[in-house]
Amino acid sequence: MSALAADLPTSYLTEENTIASWLLTRDHKRIALLFFASVTFFFFIGGIAATFVRLHLLNPAGVLLQPDMYNRMFTMHGVTMVWFFLIPSIPATFGNFFIPLMIGAHDLAFPRLNLASWYVFNLSGLFLLYTYFAGGVDTGWTFYAPYSTLYANGHVIGAAVAVFINGFSTIMTALNFVVTIHRMRAPGMTWMRLPLFVWAIYAVSLVMLLATPVLAMTLALVGLERFMGVGIFDPSLGGDPLLYQHMFWFYSHPAVYIMILPAMGVASELIPCFSRRPVFGYTGMTFAIIGIAVISFFVWAHHMFVAGISVFSAIVFSLMTFFVAVPSAIKVFNWTATLHKGRISFDAPMLYALGFVGLFTVGGLTGLMLATLPIDVHVHDTYFVIAHFHYIMVGGTVSAFFGGLHYWWPKITGRLYPEMWARVTAVLTFLGFNLTFFPQFILGYLGMMRRYYAYPAKFQDWNVLSSAGASILAIAYALPLFYLGWSLLWGQRASANPWRATGLEWLTSSPPPKENFARTPTVKVPPYRYDPEDDSFISQDGVAHA
Amino acid sequence: MREIVPEPQFATLEQQTETAQLGMWVFIATEVMFFGALIFTYFIYRLTYWEQFRLAGADSRILLGSINAAILLTSSLTMVMAINFAKEGRQQRVIAFLLVTASLGVLFLCVKGYEYVLDYESNAVPSLNFAFKSGYHAPSELYWVWYFVATGFHALHVTIGVGAILAMTRLAWRGRFSPNYYTPLEVLGLYWSFVDTVWLFLFAAIYPLGRAVT
Repeated sequence: MSALAADLPTSYLTEENTIASWLLTRDHKRIALLFFASVTFFFFIGGIAATFVRLHLLNPAGVLLQPDMYNRMFTMHGVTMVWFFLIPSIPATFGNFFIPLMIGAHDLAFPRLNLASWYVFNLSGLFLLYTYFAGGVDTGWTFYAPYSTLYANGHVIGAAVAVFINGFSTIMTALNFVVTIHRMRAPGMTWMRLPLFVWAIYAVSLVMLLATPVLAMTLALVGLERFMGVGIFDPSLGGDPLLYQHMFWFYSHPAVYIMILPAMGVASELIPCFSRRPVFGYTGMTFAIIGIAVISFFVWAHHMFVAGISVFSAIVFSLMTFFVAVPSAIKVFNWTATLHKGRISFDAPMLYALGFVGLFTVGGLTGLMLATLPIDVHVHDTYFVIAHFHYIMVGGTVSAFFGGLHYWWPKITGRLYPEMWARVTAVLTFLGFNLTFFPQFILGYLGMMRRYYAYPAKFQDWNVLSSAGASILAIAYALPLFYLGWSLLWGQRASANPWRATGLEWLTSSPPPKENFARTPTVKVPPYRYDPEDDSFISQDGVAHA
Repeated sequence: MREIVPEPQFATLEQQTETAQLGMWVFIATEVMFFGALIFTYFIYRLTYWEQFRLAGADSRILLGSINAAILLTSSLTMVMAINFAKEGRQQRVIAFLLVTASLGVLFLCVKGYEYVLDYESNAVPSLNFAFKSGYHAPSELYWVWYFVATGFHALHVTIGVGAILAMTRLAWRGRFSPNYYTPLEVLGLYWSFVDTVWLFLFAAIYPLGRAVT
C-alpha cells in the first residue's frame, strides 16, 4: 500500500498506515478489504481443488487421484467455495464497503462487531485448513448422516467445527447490515429510495440470520453424534437420517439464495448505469427481492425428491419451487427491459453483468426442469444438477462479483483499471464458463453420475471439453490479479464519479475519506435517474449533471 | 459522573439506543431459530416414540426443574428492577439488584449441576453410563440425549448472561449509566428475559409432558 499512499490526498487508505492500524481498524472500508483478502485466498484454495477434479476427469479410468482422494478433493472444493467464498463474497466485501456509503452513514452500526466477524471468519478458516492438512473430509459438502456420523473416515468434526464457527461470522455481519439499514440512513433516504443493492443485502441478511442458526444446530448434533456415539440420526438407535436432510436443506436451500441475492443486487446497480436508463420497475424489483427471500424458506425438500419423502410433500415442494421462479423471472425481465432503448456501453462491468443475466437465466430455467418431479427423478445426482447450480453460483454469483469488483474498483482504490484487459477477461470468463459447464448438462442428461471418480469411456469427449473450458476459466480468474495489481500502482487516477452513476457512494472522493462524507448528504430523489436521450443524470442528492 | 457522548458513527444518543435495542432483537431472532430447530427435532421424536419418551421422561426431576423455573423468573424480575432503578439514577440499588440477578443465575447453574449429578448416579447419561431400564428401547436414550443437549446449550447461555451481568455491574460501579443513558442495561435485560423464556419452553418439553397420564 505504500506506493499507493505516496501522493494521494488523505483517504481511508492513507489516514494511518501501520500494521496495527489495519488489524485493529473499525473502519468498514478497511474491514471490507481484509475480508476481500481472506475470501480471495479461499477462492483460489477451492479453485485448486476444482482443478484437480477436472484434471482427474480427463481420463475415464480415473488415474490421477486415488478414489478416496478424489472424494476428499471434491468435498474440499464444495466446502471451501460455499462457505468460505460464495456466502461471504459479495456481502462481506462490497456490502461492507458500500452499504454505509450508499445510505449516507459514517460506518456500520457496530464497528467492533464487524472487525470481530473478520477474526471469527479467519479462525474458522484456520480450522478448515487444519482439516485439509490433516487429511481432509470425504463426505461431500452436505455431511449426510449416517455416513458422516458412522462411516466416514475423514476429519468430519474438524470441518463441522470450521463451518459452525464460520456461521458466527455470517450472523455477525448480517446482523450489522440489518440494523445499519434500519437505523443509519441519511435524511431523505426512505426505503423506496434505497439502491437495489442495499435491498438485496438487506434481504440476504434476513435469510442469513434465520437460516444459519439451524445449520449451527444441525452441525452441532452431527458432531455430537460422531464424537459421543449417540443416535440422533442413526436409524439403529431410533434416529432418523431423513431428519438430518430436512434440517440441512432448511439451511442450505436458503443458502443458495444467500449466494445469488447479492449478485442480483450488483447486477441491478450495473445495468441501469451502463444503459443510462432508470431500472425498469423499481417497486417490482424490491418486492421480487423480498419474495425470493421469503419463498426460499419453503422449497428445501426439492433436494429430497428421491430420498423417501411422501409423494404429497414432494408435490407441495415442487409447486413451491415453481413459485420461487416467479420473482426471479420478474427480475430477469426487468433487467432486460432496462436495456430497451438504453444508451448501452460495453465496459467490463457491463459485460460481466450481461453475462450474469444470461447465465443466471440458463441456471434458473434448468432449475425449473429439476423442480419437475419426473425430470428430477431421471437426472437426480447426475452432472445435470452440477451444471445447473454452477450456472447459478459460478455463472451468476462469481460473474457479478467480478462485475462489482471492476465497477467499484475506482472508488475502492482511487485508480482506474486497464479497460481493454478487463473486457478481454470478461469475455474469456463467459466463454470459458460455458465451455466448462454446458457439456455437463449433456453428460448429466446422458446419465453420468456425480461424485464418481471414474466413468464410462463414451463420456470422455464431453469431459475433455469441460476440462478445457475449466483451464480457460482458470486463466480468466487469475488475470485480474495481474492487471488490477498493476493498476493499484500505476493506474490512472479516478475521479469521484468515473461512471457518472447516481448513488451516494459516488458523491464522496475516490478513495473515500475515513469518515466517508465531509457532511452527511441529504437524499432528494430515488436512485437510477439516468436519461438516455442526452446522457444526463440526477444523483441521489438531487443535483442534475449534464 | 462524566458526560456520556454517542459513538462516532451515531448522531445522537437516542439513535445509539434504538440501534442497540434493534441489534439485540435481531440477535434474539437468530437464537429463536437455534433453539427452535432443537425443540422441533425433540417434538418430531416425541410424537414418533410417544410411549418411550413418556417412560424416559418419568425419570426426569420435575421438582428441581420447577425450582429452577422459579429462580429464573425471579431473576428476570430483579433484572427489570435494576433497569428501573437505573432510569431513576439510583446507582447503589442498580448495583445491588444486578448482583442479586447474577447470584440467582449462579444458583440456577448450581441446581442444574446438582440435577446432572443425580442423572449421572441413576445411569441416565448417554454414551457415558447409560443403562437401559426395563421397558426402555433405543428411543428412550434419545430423550436423554436431547435433554443434555438442550439444557447444556441453555446453561451455556445462562453462563454468558451471568458474565455479562457482572460486566455491567462493573460499569454501573464506575458510574457509566445515567437516567438518560442506560442502554447496555436495557439490552442485557432483553437477553436475560430471552434466556428465561427459553427455559420455560425447555421446562414444558422436558418435565411435565406425559406425567399426567400415569
